[in-house]
Amino acid sequence: MSFSVTEPNKGTKWFAGVLVVGYALITIAPLLWIIATGFKSPADSIAYPPKVVFEPSLEGYVNLFTERTRATPDMLEAQGEPKNWYEQIARDQGTVISGPSRYGERFLNSVIIGFGSTALCMILGTAAAYAFSRFRVPLKDDLLFFILSTRMMPPIAVAIPIFLMFRNLGLNDTHLGMILLYTGVNLSLSVWLLKGFIDEIPIEYEEAALIDGYTRFQAFYKVVLPQAATGIASTAIFCLIFAWNEYAFAVLLTSGTAQTAPPFIPTIIGVGGKDWPAVAAGATIFLVPVMVFTILLRKHLLRGITFGAVRK
Amino acid sequence: MNNIPIEKIAKATPDSVARHIRGLSDRSIAWIFVAPTIFLLLAINIFPLIWTVWLSFTNSRVNRPNRAVEWVGLRNYERILTDSDIWHTMQATAHFLIWTIVLQVLIGFMLAFLINKKFRGNDLWTTIIVFPMMLSPAVVGNFWTFLYQPQIGLFNYVIAFFSGADSASFSMIGDVDLAPWAIIIADTWMWTPFVMLICLAGLRSIPNSIYEAAECDRASKWRQFWTITIPMVLPFLMLAVLFRGIENFKMFDLVVQLTGGGPGNTTTLTSIDLKREAFEKWRTGYSSAYAVILFVTVFGLASIYVKALNKVKER
Repeated sequence: MSFSVTEPNKGTKWFAGVLVVGYALITIAPLLWIIATGFKSPADSIAYPPKVVFEPSLEGYVNLFTERTRATPDMLEAQGEPKNWYEQIARDQGTVISGPSRYGERFLNSVIIGFGSTALCMILGTAAAYAFSRFRVPLKDDLLFFILSTRMMPPIAVAIPIFLMFRNLGLNDTHLGMILLYTGVNLSLSVWLLKGFIDEIPIEYEEAALIDGYTRFQAFYKVVLPQAATGIASTAIFCLIFAWNEYAFAVLLTSGTAQTAPPFIPTIIGVGGKDWPAVAAGATIFLVPVMVFTILLRKHLLRGITFGAVRK
Repeated sequence: MNNIPIEKIAKATPDSVARHIRGLSDRSIAWIFVAPTIFLLLAINIFPLIWTVWLSFTNSRVNRPNRAVEWVGLRNYERILTDSDIWHTMQATAHFLIWTIVLQVLIGFMLAFLINKKFRGNDLWTTIIVFPMMLSPAVVGNFWTFLYQPQIGLFNYVIAFFSGADSASFSMIGDVDLAPWAIIIADTWMWTPFVMLICLAGLRSIPNSIYEAAECDRASKWRQFWTITIPMVLPFLMLAVLFRGIENFKMFDLVVQLTGGGPGNTTTLTSIDLKREAFEKWRTGYSSAYAVILFVTVFGLASIYVKALNKVKER
C-alpha cells in the first residue's frame, strides 16, 4: 500500500513523534534519576543544584547490603588493611562493616513468595481454567463478576479477618501464609485470563487426541498445555509482578521472617539520617527486574491489566 | 503429520462418545480440576468477607482477646455515618479520584492518539511510557518523597527552574494546599500509561474503511474526529475510567508512602483512615463496618457505571 487517505502524512508523524518522545523522556526521568542516585555518594545525592554529572560510587550499594558502625580514625587504624573493595568503601566513609544488612533476606523473601505463589497459582489456575473452558461447571458465568467484586474490596478491609485467621492458624509472618494469600488474591484473575487463552485453542485438537487413545489428562498436558504456553507464561508474569509489588498485606501481616522488600525499602536508614543512595540502590535492584518483565510482556500487557476485558 | 483427516474424524465423532473413551469421567475430572481453586477462593476471598460483615455488628477489638465480644447491632454503622471526620476523608478521596481520572484520561487519550499516528519507533516509546505502572507503588511513593524534597529534590528544582521561584520555598508533601496535588501528580505519572494502552486498543480497533468512507464524503478531519474517533473509543475510555476509579478508591500503598496521610489529615484517603482504625486503634468492629460501607459504596457506584457502559456499547 503506497498511498492511503488514512495513512498520516509525514509532517503529522513527525509532530506526533516529537510530542510522544518528549512525554516519554519526562516520564522516564524520575526512574533514571533514582537509578543514578544509587550510584552517587551521599553528599552528591543531596547536592544543590541537583547533580546530573557526578563521579560514580558504589557507596549506596555497599551501604544497602551491610550494617556499619562509625569508627574513630584510631580504631580504623587498629583494624589493619581492608580485606576487599567493599570494606575499603566503608572505611573511606569512616565506618567499619559489622555484618550483612537485612536487605538480602528481604529480597530473597520477595523471590520465594513471588515465585512460590506464582507457581501455585499457575498449577491451580490452569487446571481450573481448563475445566471452566471445556466442561459445564457451576459458577462459570459469575467468574468475571466475582473477580471484579473481590478487586473492589480495599485490601485493608479483608486484612482484618485474614489477620485473625492467620493468627489462629499460626500463619502470621510465614512464607507459607503469604504464598497462600497471594495465590488466593491472584487466582480469580489468572483463572479468568487463562480461560481466555484456552478458549482460543480449537477443541478439535483434544478430541482428535482422545480418539487416538489419549486419556483426558494426557490430552490436557500433551495437547492443551503446549498450545497455551504463551498465555500461561504471560499470566504467570502478571501474578509474579503483582506478588512482587504488593505492599498492603505485606506490611500488615509480616514483620520479620517473611517480610518482603516493598515494606522494607522505605525503612532503610543510614548511619546519620536517611541514606538516599542506599534507598535508591535498593529500589533499583527491586524495580529493574520488573522493567525487564514488562518488555517481555509487551504484547499481552493490555489483556492482563484489564482482566481480559480488552483483547488485542 | 497431516492434520486434516484427524480433525475430520474428530468432528465426525459425537462429543459424548469422544469424551468417554477412556479414563475418568469428565464430570469427575472437572471437579478435580476446579475443587482446589474453589476451596482457596472460599478461604481467602469469601470467608473473610463474611467474617468482616459479622464483625461489623460487634464491638470486637482483636488486641483484647479476653474481652467478651458483644453484638451491638447497627451501632457501628450509625457512628460512622454521623462522624464528620469520615466525611472529610471521603471528600479528600473524591478530590483525588476526580482529578486523577480527569488528568489521566486527557493525557492518556492524547498520547494514544499521537502514538496511533504510527511514527517510526512508536513501539519502543510506548514500552518506555508503560514502565511506571508496572512498578511497586510503595517503592514509587517512597522515591517520590525524594523527588519532592524542598531544594534538593528534582521535582522542586525543575519547577523552580521554569517558574523562577526558590526551590526551597515550597514543600509538596509538607504543605496543606500542595499535598493533595503531590499525590495526584505521582498517581498520574504512574497510571496515565494504563489509560493510554486501553485507548490505543480502542483506536486500533476502528477499521480504516470507516475513515475512507468519511473521506469520500468529504468530511473534515475535525468532523471525523468527533463523529468517528470519539464515539468508537468511548466504550474503551469508560472501561479505563472504571478500572482507575475502583483502583484509586481503594488507594493505599502509593499515598501512605508518599505523605502518610498528612500533613494533618489532608491526604488521608479512606483506605489510610481504615488502616488507622483497624490496625493502630484496633477498633475491629467499627473498622469492619467501615469496610462494609466502603465496599457497598464502590459496588453500588460500579454497578450503575457498568449499566451506563453497556448502554454506550450497544449504540
